[in-house]
Amino acid sequence: MPLLEIDNLSVTFGGLRAVDGLDLSIDEGEVLGIVGESGSGKSVAMLAVMGLIAFPGVVRANAVRFNGRELTGLNKRERRNLTGKDIAMIFQEPMTSLNPCFTVGFQITETLKVHEGGTRNTRRERALELLSQVGIPDPERRLNSFPHQLSGGMNQRVMIAIAIACRPKLLIADEPTTALDVTIQAQILQLLLGLQREYGMALVLITHDMGVVAETAQRVSVMYAGQLVEERAAGALFTHPRHPYTHALLDALPERGRDRPRLPTIPGVVPGLYDRPSGCLFNPRCASAQADCTERVPPIESGNRGRVRCWHPLREDAVGA
Amino acid sequence: MLRFILTRLSILIPTFIGVTLLTFAMIRLIPGDPIELLVGERGLDPARHAKLRAEMGLDRPVLEQYWHYLTGVLQGDLGKSIVTKQPVVDEFFTLFPATVELSICAMLFAVALGIPAGILAAVRRGSVFDHSVMGAALTGYSMPIFWWGLLLIILFSGILGWTPVSGRISLLYFFEPVTGFMLIDSWLSGESGAFKSAVRHLILPTVVLGTIPLAVIARQTRSAMLEVLHEDYVRTARAKGLAPWRVIGFHALRNALIPVITVIGLQVGVLFGGAVLTETIFSWPGIGKWIIDSIHRRDYPSVQGGILLIATTVIIINLLVDLVYGLINPRIRHRR
Ligand SMILES: Nc1ncnc2c1ncn2[C@@H]1O[C@H](COP(=O)(O)OP(=O)(O)OP(=O)(O)O)[C@@H](O)[C@H]1O
Ligand SMILES: [Mg+2]
Repeated sequence: MPLLEIDNLSVTFGGLRAVDGLDLSIDEGEVLGIVGESGSGKSVAMLAVMGLIAFPGVVRANAVRFNGRELTGLNKRERRNLTGKDIAMIFQEPMTSLNPCFTVGFQITETLKVHEGGTRNTRRERALELLSQVGIPDPERRLNSFPHQLSGGMNQRVMIAIAIACRPKLLIADEPTTALDVTIQAQILQLLLGLQREYGMALVLITHDMGVVAETAQRVSVMYAGQLVEERAAGALFTHPRHPYTHALLDALPERGRDRPRLPTIPGVVPGLYDRPSGCLFNPRCASAQADCTERVPPIESGNRGRVRCWHPLREDAVGA
Repeated sequence: MLRFILTRLSILIPTFIGVTLLTFAMIRLIPGDPIELLVGERGLDPARHAKLRAEMGLDRPVLEQYWHYLTGVLQGDLGKSIVTKQPVVDEFFTLFPATVELSICAMLFAVALGIPAGILAAVRRGSVFDHSVMGAALTGYSMPIFWWGLLLIILFSGILGWTPVSGRISLLYFFEPVTGFMLIDSWLSGESGAFKSAVRHLILPTVVLGTIPLAVIARQTRSAMLEVLHEDYVRTARAKGLAPWRVIGFHALRNALIPVITVIGLQVGVLFGGAVLTETIFSWPGIGKWIIDSIHRRDYPSVQGGILLIATTVIIINLLVDLVYGLINPRIRHRR
């Protein structure tokens, strides 16, 4: 039984379908990468899992099962008891994600207090332990620091400490390294993977960066315009993408462009509220689109080569890595 | 922090001099002669008039009078009232508690209603509640104090007869002032009904004086909350699984309070300005009414001294507000 199982999740803001019929599952202890261009609905989908979509957003799903429990039927309080405890999330902007008015120590122990209670002292001990686990030197002193006194990388470590404070079963990391220096990015990524193994958490890693996914994820979901377009074990996806969009994303990787004068880019942008094409949502930008692609929406086709939403998937021998 | 306080204090001296100059000039620009006003209809023979003028130093050149006044002030001497012959400082501090009591109550009223109203309006943005609060705030802000005061008196004192029209306490009660604050003194006096009477006398003036600060605080709280509610750290607070009241009333409010505190500080000056009108409407025996009466009598030393002391109070309160601001905003506290 998967740890998290999402069946037909949709999130709409007014007329905009930010997430559109998403099916997704993740096993215990698994690392799942979610990739896709800006605006493809990665963050919104995961915020929906956290129960953090606020008015005017509307969340619909046939089922969202977590750890064998159906989340859609829970009342708000039951839902909050899971949020931040069994499912935790960290965000892209470490400098603004922590509250500037409270100390690091307070912000860590607050989560512990809400979900686990305990005494002041045990919470403090745990906070110290967490700070050293996330690689913050001199934790005693840092407990009393305010976020503005720490660097972006340090703040992201604090965010991670808050997220793992209650030993969640699932950690969602939404572009955790995008806002950081390149040198720090690798450190934070290693830290996340280390903790994932140590705690046996499942990790959802949202990113634009195909390179990051290649290094870390066991399985990858590719999203486009709110829909899942391809999902497969990471290795196979990188060597043999089947969806033209995945192929185009991989093609845009600098590492793969060394022998080419210019990096190929994908022409056009993700469709918004008013320019959703008929048929396959990717067809206006697709290099291998054919007449029928504009007529009907392709269904998800699943088999032993993962899942793909395309009328004319690329053949395995068509692309060399 | 110490340097911050010292810089703020050093601004005090030029401000003082400016205030003395302004009040000195303005009260003399109003036509009228204090001695004639003092003796009233009966009139005075010119020789006696000239003698009195000389006694009060009013026959000297204006610049010399100012110099005399300023040197007095610098030695802590604000002069004596022309009318009562009492030292201005004594008169001021006898009446000051009445104004402070009224101002504190008005501010508490404004804060206690304004902050929750602003929070709720922000959280329920665009709702009927939001529109009503903002509409009421705009109305309250633009309502002339005189008009508003008379309106409330007509309704609550005149038609409904719920509240008294003037003064601080019913004439039935008499006790020696201990603190000068009627609520406390009436409580201490132990006379039954005295405290209740003091409260009933306070209600309308408090509402009238507190209306403008209330409107300003509600609007500022709303806009600060709206800004803060979209911040990433509010999302983080929700992602921790905190209850909505804690996310809004603690994580968001703590940040939104920073600009609100500044506005509250600025309202203190507005409050003393409003106290002049409010005290006049309700015959509240405080500084505001005293200054107005002194202006009518051309009691130069009282007007000058009273305004100078009020200005000092406002400056000190603003300084305190700046200190509080530093306390609740860690980003300021740690800057050198
Ligand atoms: N609160 C909101 N109100 C209205 N529209 C929203 C809201 N949040 C997200 N959207 C819209 O939903 C769509 C998907 O946004 P989302 O943030 O999930 O994209 P993303 O894949 O995470 O992109 P990025 O890589 O830039 O983070 C976008 O078109 C966005 O404008
Ligand atoms: Mg995003």
